[in-house]
Amino acid sequence: MPAIKETIDTVESIAEYEHGFVTDIEMELAPKGLNTDIIRFISAKKGEPQWMLDWRLAAYERWLTMQEPTWAMVRYPKIDFQDCYYYAAPKAKIELDSLDDLDPEILATYQKLGIPLREQEVLAGVKGAPRIAVDAVFDSVSVATTFRAELAKSGVIFCSMSEAIKDYPDLVRQYLGSVVPVTDNFYATLNSAVFSDGTFVYIPPGVRCPMELSTYFRINAADTGQFERTLIIADKGSYVSYLEGCTAPKRDENQLHAAVVELVALEDAEIKYSTVQNWYPGDKNGVGGIYNFVTKRADCRGARSKVSWTQVETGSAVTWKYPSCILRGDQSQGAFYSIAITNGHQQADTGTKMIHLGNHTRSRIVSKGISAGQSNNTYRGLVSAHAKATGTRNFTQCDSLLIGDQCGAHTVPYIEAKTPHATFEHEATTTRLSEDQLFYCRQRGLPPEDAVALLVNGFVREVLQELPMEFAVEAQKLVAISLEGSVG
Amino acid sequence: MLNIDNLHVEIGGKAIINGLTLEVPAGQVHAIMGPNGAGKSTLSYALTGREGYEVTRGTATLNGVDLLSLPPEARAAKGLFLSFQYPLEIPGVPTLTFLRTALNAQRKARGEDEISVPDFMKLSREVAKKLGVTQDMMKRPLNVGFSGGEKKRMEIYAMALLDPRFMILDETDSGLDIDALRVVSEGVNALRGPKKAMLVITHYQRLLDYIKPDRVHVLAGGRIVDSGGPDLALTLEASGYDRYKDAA
Repeated sequence: MPAIKETIDTVESIAEYEHGFVTDIEMELAPKGLNTDIIRFISAKKGEPQWMLDWRLAAYERWLTMQEPTWAMVRYPKIDFQDCYYYAAPKAKIELDSLDDLDPEILATYQKLGIPLREQEVLAGVKGAPRIAVDAVFDSVSVATTFRAELAKSGVIFCSMSEAIKDYPDLVRQYLGSVVPVTDNFYATLNSAVFSDGTFVYIPPGVRCPMELSTYFRINAADTGQFERTLIIADKGSYVSYLEGCTAPKRDENQLHAAVVELVALEDAEIKYSTVQNWYPGDKNGVGGIYNFVTKRADCRGARSKVSWTQVETGSAVTWKYPSCILRGDQSQGAFYSIAITNGHQQADTGTKMIHLGNHTRSRIVSKGISAGQSNNTYRGLVSAHAKATGTRNFTQCDSLLIGDQCGAHTVPYIEAKTPHATFEHEATTTRLSEDQLFYCRQRGLPPEDAVALLVNGFVREVLQELPMEFAVEAQKLVAISLEGSVG
Repeated sequence: MLNIDNLHVEIGGKAIINGLTLEVPAGQVHAIMGPNGAGKSTLSYALTGREGYEVTRGTATLNGVDLLSLPPEARAAKGLFLSFQYPLEIPGVPTLTFLRTALNAQRKARGEDEISVPDFMKLSREVAKKLGVTQDMMKRPLNVGFSGGEKKRMEIYAMALLDPRFMILDETDSGLDIDALRVVSEGVNALRGPKKAMLVITHYQRLLDYIKPDRVHVLAGGRIVDSGGPDLALTLEASGYDRYKDAA
């Protein structure tokens, strides 16, 4: 496989986190701290209608009464929510007529990250690369969204959340918070109060979205939290495949990322949501890195709807994330495919919830956790069947791979069946990347780093296959890079 | 070809090989026999550079190249191959992917060009045919779910594809039924050549009926205690290793 070769080359050429650079650009920041004035400021900056501001303020009131969750298997110093910027935007013209108006520094940043923002570049493009529409979110604002005109021809709405609030208020009001309620949890509520930008997607009935959609999130400013909000609605019989990528500069302070993603799939609709999360994980002593506290949930609202979450989690100092599916429609299907890699001092507590409400709903979970260095990696998952959900099925496979002898892998499955008509299967394995395997590979001629890359790629293969082709290669490289230095 | 001189090997501070001297010239096959715990597998791991097998004294060279100073992958690139007694399973990695990656890693280390995919596929099919390796086996993850006999066959298949100069076969006959033993032995014999050599480690004479050795050595107590022609193996089969107890 050429991809493996490429992995090997990449491992050789890249010594550490490659996206750790900072873009030097004039920023507009709201004052540090969180209060109603800051929320009014954010809302005013975005020119939001009154209903949106009221929504935010209500969320803030609620948040003040909530406690930070402590049940996850992650340890980090208490976050001072007043010592953080909640709004950071590149100082530039608000309305861009074309990409030429975009600050060249930002354009260069995305180029450096390998994300094409100019449509003609995409069209000219890398050889054989498929066309992908991109929404680029830089700190608190969306700076560019490509291929909108072409998507509009098929009725697909693909824009920033800020624009959607102004341009499609009815859709936003109908669906925002309908999957992840404002009151859902501490971080989701915080996000509801202060969310800055994110992506909005609407696929009209019967439309198969003509290209992959993607959002690239970039945290650039220091001491800034990123609170993006994504809402994807697949109307009856439609299909969309969406990818999210994330990077951040290397900084010694921890930065908070508390996003909310809501997916709504109506009758016979299908959403494929893939994430390649590569936030800065902190240095080898565990200093710095992103706190990734994210709420992602899909509502399979219509009968026979389908949602699949595929995630490759390699970054962040601390990850707390459970992309879930509410299988409300009869015969709806949910899937969760996950690769979570922790190295150094990273901590990840991630998994999914499959909540079976409708009849004959099916779900599938394949989780591959890899721990190296002194990291801790926890799979936490809930599979539940409502009393009226008959004929439901779930299959869960949960594999952990340990590299070295100072890391931890933990599996915490919750299974609740309130009906006798549910079939739930759970399989779990924990293995250590053995010295035997490593020596075997080396005896055949593979240097240790290549051997680890090969063994790990073998371990995660089943999940990589679920990613769109072009991202699978990227993810495969990322897997190798994340484990750089974990042996020998 | 392979020259081992006064080799001493320890595992965790315990001496296992105590002054082993052995020369295997190019074109020859030597057999090493001996009782359990004589140090046969230790010798193969020490030569291939496995961690934890500490060479405290002595030398080992392959065509004049000092093996002991090289990491395992560099020894492999120099043409040293070990057919494992217990081949490892590599889940998720198709057999052919594994072997092509390994071959190219070796070629790269030797400063050679990588083999192209079509060339490799052609080569792999030719070799597979000779060894009775099926297409299905080549596509499956390496050794996963293979029987003991199939795993040994894959070892020889890997050996044929990687085309090493010096081959160590560590109890290749264990776990093989008579038919498989014949197929595997034929495969091994096909790899003999004037510029190559082999060290065949075995408990039993049985394998040597198929792979005829030029010399037979008896390893006991971490040293070569007796050497002779192929007949020595027959004698051992009849008399056992008891008489070497004192020599060790």
